[in-house]
Amino acid sequence: MKNSLIILLFFVAGVILGLFHFLPDIMLNNDFSKYALYVLMLLVGISVGSDKSSWKALIKYKYKIFLVPLCVIIGSLLGSLLISFLLPDLEMKEVLAVGAGFGYYSLSSILITEISGQTLGVIALLSNIMREIITLLSSPLFAKYFGKLAPIASGGATSMDTTLPIIVKSSGKEYAIISIFSGIVLTILVPFFVTIILKLL
Amino acid sequence: MIIVLSIMVAGIIIGAMLNDKKKIISIIDKLTNWAIYALLFLLGISVGLNKTIINNLDNIGVNALIITVGAVFGSIIMALITFKLFFKKQKTNKL
Repeated sequence: MKNSLIILLFFVAGVILGLFHFLPDIMLNNDFSKYALYVLMLLVGISVGSDKSSWKALIKYKYKIFLVPLCVIIGSLLGSLLISFLLPDLEMKEVLAVGAGFGYYSLSSILITEISGQTLGVIALLSNIMREIITLLSSPLFAKYFGKLAPIASGGATSMDTTLPIIVKSSGKEYAIISIFSGIVLTILVPFFVTIILKLL
Repeated sequence: MIIVLSIMVAGIIIGAMLNDKKKIISIIDKLTNWAIYALLFLLGISVGLNKTIINNLDNIGVNALIITVGAVFGSIIMALITFKLFFKKQKTNKL
């Protein structure tokens, strides 16, 4: 939560500086975000690859553990698909791509900005930040009424780090590894899903 | 986008080779945070420069919220089904 507030602060600072053109010309005329994205992707890859706990969980739960990220993918996409009928000013594939951020707002918003432009990128940013906030606030409720996997599903890709503490609190320690595993799988898949949905559909 | 994806795959391979070297991993985590700050700051700048977005921010926010509600409810309903079918009964003989 603290981390997402800092991120939001950086974003807002950028918006304000951009709004008042209070920047050196180099910043206004060049787009550095592509290179920053490359760096980020490399770093995310390294931290995912170095985390061994997920491989152990894989051995323990076998195929069943894959059902968790799978149900998040199906649920997020199906939910986005149905809700897209309420959003006439957005194409269905745009809504799907935002939903396929699975809460991973930093990466999905940047990828979507690169592919579809800033308006959809900002929608992705806000929507996926909201997903994290909703998870942080409602996990106890979700665990009670929708079963112990619901907080993990709601957290999506964030269930491996930022929302993990509240998930463990709501569902129990025995779900920590499942939560981390699901978050890692979804984190890896976000760039694939977003790209495929926007480019091929 | 293929470049982006292959960079991430390269990262995963590097990470797997690093094993559990805690020092390197904590540095990586810090660098990740700063890369995210930088990216969102840059995204903020381009949003601030973009008049159409600034003038439609309320509309954009409502769209974002509606999509979030759809994605979250879809997910937790699927999670409920998965839990009932595959995880719940297993609990008695220790999951």
